[in-house]
Amino acid sequence: MDLANLYNGLSPATKFLFWSVVKIAFAIGILHAIAAYAVLAERKISAWIQDRVGPNRVAPPFMKYIPVLGRTLTRWGIFQPLADGLKFMLKEDFTPAGVHKAYFWLAPAIAIIPSIIVIAVIPFGSVMGDQKMVIADLNVGILYTFGIVSLGVYGIVLAGYAANSKYPFFGGIRSSAQLISYEISMGMSVIPVFLLAGDLNLSTIISWQANHGWLVLYAPLSFFIFLVASFAETNRLPFDLPEAETELVGGYHTEYSSMKFALFFLAEYSNMVATTGMMTTLFFGGWTLPFWGLDQPAHNIGIAIVQILIFLTKMAALMTVFIWVRWMFPRFRYDQLMDLGWRRFVPLALANILVTAVILWMRS
Amino acid sequence: MIVNRRPLTFWEKLYLPAIVGGFKVTMRHAWNSLFRGKTVTMEYPEQKWAVPPDYRGAPYLVRDQEGNTKCVSCQLCEFVCPPKAIKITPPGPSGQIADRPNAEKMPQEFEICMLRCIYCGLCQEVCPEEAIFLLKDYSITGHSRAEMVHNKEQLLALGGVHGGIQKWKHKAEEAKEQESFPVKV
Repeated sequence: MDLANLYNGLSPATKFLFWSVVKIAFAIGILHAIAAYAVLAERKISAWIQDRVGPNRVAPPFMKYIPVLGRTLTRWGIFQPLADGLKFMLKEDFTPAGVHKAYFWLAPAIAIIPSIIVIAVIPFGSVMGDQKMVIADLNVGILYTFGIVSLGVYGIVLAGYAANSKYPFFGGIRSSAQLISYEISMGMSVIPVFLLAGDLNLSTIISWQANHGWLVLYAPLSFFIFLVASFAETNRLPFDLPEAETELVGGYHTEYSSMKFALFFLAEYSNMVATTGMMTTLFFGGWTLPFWGLDQPAHNIGIAIVQILIFLTKMAALMTVFIWVRWMFPRFRYDQLMDLGWRRFVPLALANILVTAVILWMRS
Repeated sequence: MIVNRRPLTFWEKLYLPAIVGGFKVTMRHAWNSLFRGKTVTMEYPEQKWAVPPDYRGAPYLVRDQEGNTKCVSCQLCEFVCPPKAIKITPPGPSGQIADRPNAEKMPQEFEICMLRCIYCGLCQEVCPEEAIFLLKDYSITGHSRAEMVHNKEQLLALGGVHGGIQKWKHKAEEAKEQESFPVKV
């Protein structure tokens, strides 16, 4: 009772602060858990596609005493992320002699911060009580996203420069070349979405989709360009040029070890989470499903949780696509990537905007 | 040889056939390994590799059919061993004699350091007594350096019995027969 009285006595500003902190803690916790298990999913799916079995050994000692479940969980590698995390913490944090120390320390932080704060504007659920399930319900949500996401590349470029060695440098250079090639077409690809929905606020876009159907049906070309640009943005195959393990021995993070490497790793997967979250919001109706009344804001806590789970499931499905695509294509050369970005996708995205605008103008 | 590269058709330039092909191949493999258990992985400690007959594994000392030590401490293997993994302590002038008739010596101690051994098989090749063989063990591990050094007892226990010609036994029989001259043919 005292706690309830205390809460009710708070000023609106303090309440806002309190709930924001709770939501930030929740979102970052979930983000890290998803990133960790995305690594496991990546390893498992990669293994299946390559006729292997993948990680299936790690288990706490008591697991073998649980009859069927224990063995199943172990075979699925459920505990592998814990071991991976522990390994990163216990590894030696080695700083090579020739690096630019200040930048070398700064780069992982610059890489990970944008990938975490970009989830602030993504609505991961409807409402719980009187709280909207989005950390910051900005009216310019998408502009914020694109602004922040572009910052992530500076971490990579800086890491490439700071390492003071050939391969990371190549990685950094490629990353900047990649950035200017995909970012423009990515930004332009989503303009038809906002033309259709008529608002930049991501929550409004979700409610528009609840009324009219998923935007991927209205703007499939936008989705396609956004998807391809996302592969480039998250440095994933077929556009993993800054990393390119087979040619640049890891690219920008070659010289990094232990937790600093783990931060880059986490940044890559957090970027994947953020990008798939963005795709879910823009093209797949966010936390809504078009039946059982799940497209309206929740009125009790059960529905609210189900809607968060719907959002996470859609994200997981898209992330599976990300992982899967990795094994379908060989890596593009970086001139091919630039060619694809500048000479194919930019004109295509422009045409897409024009056609959408003309159709909307004719129908109005 | 000149390979004429056909220019890509418009359809191929769209990457779509490649996407469909990639989708089919990856889907097939994922399905087969996930639901039909068709993986190529050999899960090592449970599943073991079938060692081929002429495999060169760890070198061990062997005994003959009558359980005698075949090694006569000639030290040829010690001298030939490229990484100097073998260390033999000969019995010396007043040392222990061989455990079988007519053989002069057997080693007092015979050590093979498995941290040094390169599994080349020269010891087996050089041995005039067929006393040392590279058998099929390939997973030699230990918790300390000392554990990785096999001594004579271990080597003999691990090597087991290996038949073949019992050279010294035949020599002894011949010598015995010579005592009752003329030799029976």
